[in-house]
Amino acid sequence: MRHPYRLLIVVLALLGVCAAQEEVTLNALFMQQAAYSNDDIRNMTAEFEEQHPGVTVNLEFVSYEALHNKIVTAAAAGRGGYDIVLFDVIWPAEFAEYGILVDLTERISQETVDAVVPGAWTTVMSEGRYYGMPWILDTEYLFYNRAMLAEAGYDAPPATWSELLEQARTLKENGTVAYPIVWSWAQAEAMVCDYTTLLSAYDGAFFEDGEAAFQVDGGLRALQFMTSSLEEGLSNPASTESLEEDVRRIFSSGEAAFALNWTYMYNLANDPAESQVAGQVGVAPAPGIEGVSELSAMNGSMGLGVTTNSEHPDLSFAYVEYLTSRPVQERYARLSLPIWEASYDEPAVVEGQEDLVNAAKQALGAMYPRPLMVQYPEFSTILQSNVHSALLGRATPAEALQETALQVRQRDLR
Amino acid sequence: MTGRAHRVERILTYLGAAALALFLLAPFAWLAISSLTPLAELIRKPLPWISPRMDLARYRLIFVSPEGENFRLALRNSTVVALIATSISLVAGMLGAYALSRFPSRRRAGVLYLMLATYMTPPVAILLPMYLILSRVGLLNNVVGLALVYTSFLTPFLTWILKGFFDAIPEQVEEAAMIDGASRLGALWHVTLPLSLPGVITAVLFGVILAWDEFLYALIFTSSTASKTLPVAIAEFTSRHAVDFGLMAAGGIIAALPPVLLAFALQRYLIAGLTAGGIKG
Amino acid sequence: MTRANRLTAWLLLAPALTIVGGVVGYPFLRTLYLSFFDAHLLGGIRGWTGPANYVQAFTSRDFLAAIGHTLYFAVGSVGIEVVLGVLVALFLNRSFYGRRVLRALLILPLALPTIVNGIMWRWIYNPEYGALNAFLTQTGVLREYRSWLGQPDVAMNMIIVADVWKNFPLVTLLVLAALQTVPTDLHDAARVDGANAWQRFWTITLPGIRPALLVALVLRSVEALKVFDIIYVMTRGGPASSTKTMSYLVYEQAFSFLQIGEAAAYAFVTVAIIMVFVAVYIRLVRSQGVAG
Repeated sequence: MRHPYRLLIVVLALLGVCAAQEEVTLNALFMQQAAYSNDDIRNMTAEFEEQHPGVTVNLEFVSYEALHNKIVTAAAAGRGGYDIVLFDVIWPAEFAEYGILVDLTERISQETVDAVVPGAWTTVMSEGRYYGMPWILDTEYLFYNRAMLAEAGYDAPPATWSELLEQARTLKENGTVAYPIVWSWAQAEAMVCDYTTLLSAYDGAFFEDGEAAFQVDGGLRALQFMTSSLEEGLSNPASTESLEEDVRRIFSSGEAAFALNWTYMYNLANDPAESQVAGQVGVAPAPGIEGVSELSAMNGSMGLGVTTNSEHPDLSFAYVEYLTSRPVQERYARLSLPIWEASYDEPAVVEGQEDLVNAAKQALGAMYPRPLMVQYPEFSTILQSNVHSALLGRATPAEALQETALQVRQRDLR
Repeated sequence: MTGRAHRVERILTYLGAAALALFLLAPFAWLAISSLTPLAELIRKPLPWISPRMDLARYRLIFVSPEGENFRLALRNSTVVALIATSISLVAGMLGAYALSRFPSRRRAGVLYLMLATYMTPPVAILLPMYLILSRVGLLNNVVGLALVYTSFLTPFLTWILKGFFDAIPEQVEEAAMIDGASRLGALWHVTLPLSLPGVITAVLFGVILAWDEFLYALIFTSSTASKTLPVAIAEFTSRHAVDFGLMAAGGIIAALPPVLLAFALQRYLIAGLTAGGIKG
Repeated sequence: MTRANRLTAWLLLAPALTIVGGVVGYPFLRTLYLSFFDAHLLGGIRGWTGPANYVQAFTSRDFLAAIGHTLYFAVGSVGIEVVLGVLVALFLNRSFYGRRVLRALLILPLALPTIVNGIMWRWIYNPEYGALNAFLTQTGVLREYRSWLGQPDVAMNMIIVADVWKNFPLVTLLVLAALQTVPTDLHDAARVDGANAWQRFWTITLPGIRPALLVALVLRSVEALKVFDIIYVMTRGGPASSTKTMSYLVYEQAFSFLQIGEAAAYAFVTVAIIMVFVAVYIRLVRSQGVAG
């Protein structure tokens, strides 16, 4: 061979390039239609991959019910699972207890902490440590049909729940709509979210000093509000079988004047291709109770975390940082509002959804959390079952909540 | 019976036949119609049962457009898993059935009943350890892994079916072949199997139908389009596409057609399999 | 049998045994093992509890309720399937035009995947747009649309209807095959002797189809007691947990609450109940003698 050294150098150079550009595959688990659409997430991911050549991110989308189970079973299985997961605000306590997510507190600068909307951090916190970055900041808003309200002579959304009932009664009497209010009260977590919103309005509490407190005062009154609105015929009976998408469909087809739902519904309900009431949809923070609260809100946010089983924690965190970065969040602000405080004054974010941003500014600061328990899933299941019994008239609100409290004590849930 | 009574009986019989046919077809027919009816029509009240505006838009969506990709992949996965699982179970089943039929013994018969008894275990009972094992050997979210799991409940069943068919073939047939110089396995392959072809077809049919139908293992062991099967994809429809019922219906029809058409085409064998099981018990 | 033959036999049986033993056997034993511990999916095994998990199973209101729901489903569903299945089989045993076609149609529900059956009926039962509501209101039976899967007592019954529709053909086909071996002259002779239809059924037909009926009963009962898929896709255990069956509870306990020790105990109680049912059937058959 004439120039062996030259050939050797070329080979080494090639090997060097290959080593530098090692192929890495990350596995990320998301939820179907978790605020952002699947396509939104795919686009964000494609952008990240462009910026990190050699890195591929496999995306998986599962239903909400499957999300918790997949995260947990993958964690139990060890390596080869997911590197990045989307998690619900109700799980950090459990995940932290069992070491499923990496403690990211050290990697998050104080600057970041200050720049994010204050209420958002509870989404990823457990015992003062951060186990992810908040990503989808969400609460349940009151959606109302402006046209229907105007027809009945109301030019502003109700500020209190009793006002809402009044307006609903008028609409029902006028024959505008058979069942003015629609809720997501199927036996699922969505029902607990509705209940929590009302509980926060009545200034109730889930637990006090480790003891159940939801079966009295505000907690009890919240459930009584729910059952009496059904008895009075103001709430759609189909609510007890409905989830968020059903609520959106019923509201969007003009069969309801009021609905509690997440951020994502706003632009879809105003989209003529998706809704028959496009252009008539107003949004406001959920009402309060006279003399007790100005408005009500609950924390329905979700965060992105890195799993402890991940073999590429740094790269995974980079992915999380990218998705939660301000530019990306502001670009995709149609179905989910950003976590950055400053974004709420950005024209690009506000334009076209002033009402929503306004409502968000008020509501996000007042988000009330569901119990921060390690065994939250079990608590929620018991609560759901009993609340559903009350909603179906099989138990009184007091009985249902007392039964829940009893089972919580018996099972010693923490 | 008098002429009139005869006529009444005949009328009642045909009425009964019509009622039965309606009962069997109506729900499925409605599913098919829903898949062709535009959503706006489906949610109209009163419901216009058969709308002039029916079209194949949803099927186009599923089969041609990029959005339907997930579903097409699920279709592929279901097919692959069913074929692999049935093939493996068929081979194991044939060998086992042959042994049970030609070398009967109380202990081996007991073993067959033990295998069949595993059918009494609800899948939830053995899911978790199975999940952990599959994960350790890297067979999670993998069509081969899922197929292996399926062989566990297909094999006993196919073995039992094939044994019934082998029993019907006299042993002299193999003995003749062996006298002519064939080995045991050779006799099985060249003589017994061709004669029991109906039994093999029946076994394959049951295998494919059972594998295609399975849900829980697929739900837990698969997570992405790499191995997600049709039942899982469809179950996800119920939460994801809560808004377009017709799309869910279209998905259901597509998932139903392979096993249903196969069963219709091979109904002779289906009936034969059930007959063998029913009469001999 | 020669030693060589015995060896061959076991060797031939080995693949099937390995598959079933390996894939099912070990997990089965492992689950049994776990049922005696306080085990958490992520927290690991936290201590021996002996039979405590089983005691918990028999004192847990939720699990007892689940056993009740499962038994109700099994008895209701299998009971109706058997009665309907036999009636249809008797009907199809007569000769008339189109009998073949009807028999072929029976295959449709049978071959339909369980999940598709679930979503099909869920769509039919939809409280706002479902075909059942549409049909009943258009024919004047109902005044307005109502909820079917949203009411605790009604929901399970509607699920039973869906399950019966899918599975009664199995009973029919099994019984039909057996019916065709019962000689008609027996019936004719009995009729001449003055026996009515019911007596003829009881003394001639029933013994003839008993083995087929037993197979159908065992198969369907085991399936019904294990039921999970159709519950998952139609109601997810609601409303007010009224359709949560034993399998569903095991699933919930293991995957949502991560208490795998308790889940394992619940699972084995389920297996035990199933075995009791099968044993009862077999004993019934033995005591009455197997006619053939």
